Amino acid sequence: MMGLLQRLGATTLGITERIGRGHLFLLYVLGGFPSLLPRFGLVIKQIYASGVLSLLIIAVSGLFVGMVLALQGYNTLVDFGATESLGVVVALSLVRELGPVMGALLFAGRAGSALTAEIGLMKATEQLSAMEMMAVNPLHRVVAPRLLGGIIAMPLLAAIFSAVGIIGGYLVAVGLLGVDEGAFWSQMQAKVDLFDDVASGVIKSVVFGFVVTWIALFEGYDAVPTSEGVSRATTRTVVHASLAVLGLNFILTALMFGDD
Amino acid sequence: MSAEPVNSQQHSMPEAWVRIRGLRYTRGEQVIFDGVDMDIPRGRLTAIMGPSGTGKTTLLRLIGGQLHADAGTVEVAGQNVAALRSKALYRLRKRMGMLFQNGALLTDLSVFDNVAFPLREHTRLPELMIRDLVLMKLHAVGLRGARELMPAQLSGGMARRVALARAIALDPEMVLFDEPFTGQDPISLGVLVSLLRSLTDALGLTSVVVSHDVQESLSIADYVYVISAGRVVEHGAPEALQQSTSPWVQQFLQGQSDGPVPFHYPAPDYRTDLLADSP
Amino acid sequence: MMQSRSVQIWVGLFVIAGMAALLMLSIKVSNIRAFSNEQGYELNANFENIGGLKVRSPVTMAGVVVGRVSKIGFDSEIYEAVVTLNIDPRYDNLPEDTSASIFTSGLLGEQYIGLEAGGAENYLHDGDRIQLTQSAIVLEKLIGQFLVSQADK
Ligand SMILES: Nc1ncnc2c1ncn2[C@@H]1O[C@H](COP(=O)(O)OP(=O)(O)O)[C@@H](O)[C@H]1O
Ligand SMILES: [Mg+2]
Repeated sequence: MMGLLQRLGATTLGITERIGRGHLFLLYVLGGFPSLLPRFGLVIKQIYASGVLSLLIIAVSGLFVGMVLALQGYNTLVDFGATESLGVVVALSLVRELGPVMGALLFAGRAGSALTAEIGLMKATEQLSAMEMMAVNPLHRVVAPRLLGGIIAMPLLAAIFSAVGIIGGYLVAVGLLGVDEGAFWSQMQAKVDLFDDVASGVIKSVVFGFVVTWIALFEGYDAVPTSEGVSRATTRTVVHASLAVLGLNFILTALMFGDD
Repeated sequence: MSAEPVNSQQHSMPEAWVRIRGLRYTRGEQVIFDGVDMDIPRGRLTAIMGPSGTGKTTLLRLIGGQLHADAGTVEVAGQNVAALRSKALYRLRKRMGMLFQNGALLTDLSVFDNVAFPLREHTRLPELMIRDLVLMKLHAVGLRGARELMPAQLSGGMARRVALARAIALDPEMVLFDEPFTGQDPISLGVLVSLLRSLTDALGLTSVVVSHDVQESLSIADYVYVISAGRVVEHGAPEALQQSTSPWVQQFLQGQSDGPVPFHYPAPDYRTDLLADSP
Repeated sequence: MMQSRSVQIWVGLFVIAGMAALLMLSIKVSNIRAFSNEQGYELNANFENIGGLKVRSPVTMAGVVVGRVSKIGFDSEIYEAVVTLNIDPRYDNLPEDTSASIFTSGLLGEQYIGLEAGGAENYLHDGDRIQLTQSAIVLEKLIGQFLVSQADK
């Protein structure tokens, strides 16, 4: 009993300590942001690594998600004779929830795990130490551009996910199921709001991009510098980042769409 | 343990660039250094020898300010490293280079960009001048032709030479070498040995070579420290060290498998162990 | 250097694709024109009960969106809701006796204001009040009335 209690206490302390270190880490990294402006090339390289390299999986997933949304939405709406609303259903689901959330989950799996592995390996092969000895702060030189790159790439990826998804939904709805094309778009336009829906989705994806990249970078930086340690950290990134995205999404949704 | 130098060349030694006094460093339960005193003379090549795991890498990190001593002081160029704030520490680090055990080249940069890295980070030199400087450093280590290669395409010896070129890119006053000879084939070993010596002389570098390779270290060093079990067991010029009466030093220098340092990790008696019934 | 060049080109294309997606979401998917609120003219209407009407709910005429609800207030003297409608300036010929009703799209859908033109010769202008209004149908009220009428039998 005492042993259990002690374990609980130790685990809680351990988690608290890690969270504390994660925030300290973030603080140091953010301190490197001003120095990135004159060297934006570093950030562009990271937008490539996080954004361009995730583009294919995001676009393909978006297309299929949009198509399946149209199929399922049609089956439900057809009973109420409201199939013209299919465009609204597809667009709202994608723009408010699926674009930012699925985009962020895919981003965590594709770019987040790669970031953790990269930073972890740099640590294990003493590249970060070597930088420190060359009087270069790796938090500013290596970590900060990656964080900014992730924050910039994520909303673009989420928007692409949503846009491609809506096109996929359109293809299925109008091309396959025979929904009226005019109704599909005009109903969508009437119901989807630029601020309430589109902008909220963009804000969500910025937050997710920030959190996923932060977790990925911290896990890499904090990894035990062995191949086993790095592989564990990579797994942790995907698990923790995904949980963080889903939990934050609930909070953000409640804040944004809860009281109107 | 003899703390006196084996020969008293001390008065002819130049001033110390690194001065370590009463250094104590522990990692959890493990005591890695306990009362180490060391003077590393300016413009000379000093070898620090000791068996694997004695803390040679740790010592270099203490000198570079990446680790902090539990007690005692590490002074570099007259400054107490542990007391420096990060700005001053970074300023001091620009005056030293470090060659890591495995090179620690930045894997996403080419050989050229690796050597250019400290120049681009710390100077506002035009790209054309950086190019000239990089090619000069690469030429000094004989790898001017390899500038386009990526670190993954280099052999171990080449990677270490590139790292050496990078370590001297900013023309530092001191370079720390961590196990530069380990795992090298005889040819690259010879190249590295003569490179270390000639660079030290040509650039007036203060070189610190940490190694457990006895022959190579003794052949190039001006001064040698032997550390074991957290202490300095012997120091002096290489020739003097050969004459040391310490059985430990003799075992280490001769590479005998058994002696004061036992071959066997502490264990119960061999016969009793084998004959024991319980698994 | 060639490598960093192609990286830059790719990132450029990526940013353009992302911006195009955002543009599509704002123009094709949502109705960006609905935000030119300031350009429209305003009409007021009093309702006894607005049900679930909200600011930015659509105002339709013959099913076409002609404006949005821009403000909802409460007149504490007559205990009625005061709804301000922002009407697209293209529809500047609404007759004076136009009526406004609060409808629900579908059984449980969101509520909107439907306008019905009358036959008057004069048109409504900025700041005018719509006289004929019909409040929202509140489902609970209907059910209550139904139950009462059943009990009376
Ligand atoms: N990150 C670490 N965590 C725990 N122990 C370490 C770590 N790094 C080094 N040590 C321990 O410190 C001692 C000295 O290590 P090191 O300085 O690398 O030795 P050397 O370079 O002489 O081989 C070793 O016994 C090693 O086990
Ligand atoms: Mg070592």
